[in-house]
Amino acid sequence: MFSAGFRTISRQRHAANALVQGQAKRAMATVDMTVRDAINAAIDEEMERDEKVFILGEEVAQYQGAYKVTKGLWQKYGSKRVIDTPITEMGFTGMAIGASYKDLRPIVEFMTWNFSMQAIDQIVNSAAKQYYMSAGDISCPIVFRGPNGNAAGTSAQHSQCFAAWYSSVPGLKVVSPYSAEDAKGLMKAAIRDNNPVVVLEHELMYGVSFPMSDEAQSSEFVIPFGKAKIEREGTDVTIVSFSKMVGLALEAAEVLSASGISCEVVNLRSIRPLDRDTIINSVKKTGRIVSIETGWPQCGIGSEIAAIMMESDAFNWLDAPMERITGADVPMAYAIDLENASLPQVPDVLAAVNRLVQRKLVA
Amino acid sequence: MFATKAASLLLRRSAASSSSSVAAVAFLRNGFANGNVRSMSSNVGTFDLTGSFETYGLDTAPKNSVEMTKEELLKHFELMYTMRRMEITCDNEYKARAIRGFCHLYDGQEAVATGINAAFEPEDSWITSYRCHCVALARGGTVSSILAELFGNIGGATEGKGGSMHFYNKASNFYGGQGIVGAQVPVGLGLAFANHYNATPGKPMQVAIACYGDGAANQGQIWESANMASLWNLPMIFCIENNHYGMGTSQDRHSSHSDYYKMGNHIPGVRIDGMNVLAVKEGMRFVKEWVGAGNGPMYVEMMTYRYHGHSMSDPGTTYRNREEIALTRSTRDPIELVKRTLIDAGFADAEQIKDIEKVIRKEVAAECKAAKASPKTAIEPHLYEYVFSSNGGKKQNEFPPHIRMPDFAKSKWY
Repeated sequence: MFSAGFRTISRQRHAANALVQGQAKRAMATVDMTVRDAINAAIDEEMERDEKVFILGEEVAQYQGAYKVTKGLWQKYGSKRVIDTPITEMGFTGMAIGASYKDLRPIVEFMTWNFSMQAIDQIVNSAAKQYYMSAGDISCPIVFRGPNGNAAGTSAQHSQCFAAWYSSVPGLKVVSPYSAEDAKGLMKAAIRDNNPVVVLEHELMYGVSFPMSDEAQSSEFVIPFGKAKIEREGTDVTIVSFSKMVGLALEAAEVLSASGISCEVVNLRSIRPLDRDTIINSVKKTGRIVSIETGWPQCGIGSEIAAIMMESDAFNWLDAPMERITGADVPMAYAIDLENASLPQVPDVLAAVNRLVQRKLVA
Repeated sequence: MFATKAASLLLRRSAASSSSSVAAVAFLRNGFANGNVRSMSSNVGTFDLTGSFETYGLDTAPKNSVEMTKEELLKHFELMYTMRRMEITCDNEYKARAIRGFCHLYDGQEAVATGINAAFEPEDSWITSYRCHCVALARGGTVSSILAELFGNIGGATEGKGGSMHFYNKASNFYGGQGIVGAQVPVGLGLAFANHYNATPGKPMQVAIACYGDGAANQGQIWESANMASLWNLPMIFCIENNHYGMGTSQDRHSSHSDYYKMGNHIPGVRIDGMNVLAVKEGMRFVKEWVGAGNGPMYVEMMTYRYHGHSMSDPGTTYRNREEIALTRSTRDPIELVKRTLIDAGFADAEQIKDIEKVIRKEVAAECKAAKASPKTAIEPHLYEYVFSSNGGKKQNEFPPHIRMPDFAKSKWY
């Protein structure tokens, strides 16, 4: 049973936010679906559609997935296409990449993205750079997926966010879902993409339910990369985030609206390519921007968005400097208060937004 | 220093044959162990390979002799000599600063690439390290496209974007050309995995080979690959090109165990005299058949030698003495061995061989000239292309939405 720290956003909160968004769609035959089931459905549909798609990783087959994301797939597709690997990331990641050189379409599960560091040379040097180095001869239609970032009390070596590292690499596409709809559409698009795609999921979101529209339930539902989603429209501040922190942003926006501050919440969905236009256009509307991520501050996603604020014409619309909310600049501690203090919380967002709105230009 | 003896190539001459000389036969006796002799017709020879192989964990072994036609042996000689001239051209051009960066030459090891290629079908997959020029040539490359690549010209095999370590030819099932020591081995396992995944039941599988050096052989990711290959019976060949030095460190100083063909533990292995293209071909024929039948992976250790240093930055003489290099050249050179074999088999005389060499020297020089005539790779569009692929096919470019350039104002928006 999910039990977060008392100050982190609860599953109920996410669901409540989802309900708010989903209310308009209740008239259609929406179903509620967890993020986990949405990912499972995406993989299942794509495996059914194309025999070249297969999935490998630790415990993905007979154990049904360490986080049950691949539940039922081994029963349906068998050991040829749902493969339990030994605990040897560098080996099986390189192997999957070689298979993709020969037009197979592997999905590599990292039990958590922390373990991808064992394989990062393969991801960057054998996959990301390959099409360019070969001047367009050898492509790598491969998906790397798994839970990224913090969990609950998993401590320093099992809590790192890899969005910044992977999204800096040309030749990779990097996406990160928030909702069940995001998870399904982005995963399907990733599997169909003929390039290496990094999918950064979040363990604490797997069990969260969201309404899935008719469209999202369809087996042809794909979300294009490089397009962010406005989860909540607003006029006073732009809050940009991805993955679980979108939920935090929505929760903070709800609190702020009670004080008369209208927040526009942007769900990036795609970290590389970043949807610069949506961010810039939102800032042109609001004049204020806050980014939220769980990763470390230096050279993080917020840093990249700040650079965009500097080098694009959004700069001319800013009424205040950008605020970043990030994970604390320490390895993640175990004790619950320390863990919670190391992660963005609603009060942090409130504080940042309040600082921004206090900076009013003299009329 | 070398655990295997070079193959014996003594051939008994029929009384009717007149072109060989006693001196040639005597010369052979000095360099190689005596062995059984076989006879031949004017177009096919049977060549003795006793002493060329050592096996580990196997009940069967490569044959002690190989049959080869005149045409085929000549073809191997021509390919190997072309490889040699190409690598020597690279040496000269690197010193003339027409080639930049890293340049790892293969001269001395020609028999390995030529012999593997001879045993393989085009549908078998091959991946190797950065010492890849000659494999690139064997697998669908041309001397001019290889040299043009090294010159950074658009006529290069990878449009000047890869360089010395990054040759590829998917249509010829050649997957590089990889720069990170050892990383090619798991990738090679993936090629074998694909062959296994796509295999037709009841038919032998296409195999895959990953070549790597003694310097790479202790890497953990290689054992990870071997474990999976063995677990899943993948048609994978782990091929150690043992030239006895990992960069400047001799195998005695980098390897606590240097019987590399035994390194697969429970996985069988074959050690092959890598200076003899006939032994390499027969050895690889045996390995391919065994592995393709679904018996699982095999380790292959090629005993070979590189005349150059690790790369053009390394003179190769600070950690080896010149006597060792000279002795190898004079007694175990793979091209000299093929030449003697051609002569002793009556397939060609010294004059004909000289003519072939002359033609190849001229051809390589012409290819070099053609490579230089190719224009330098232009920034537009080549800097920006092939970050992504649209449909995964060859040269199917997909631009990312934005490519930032050093000067932001010069960035590209697509």
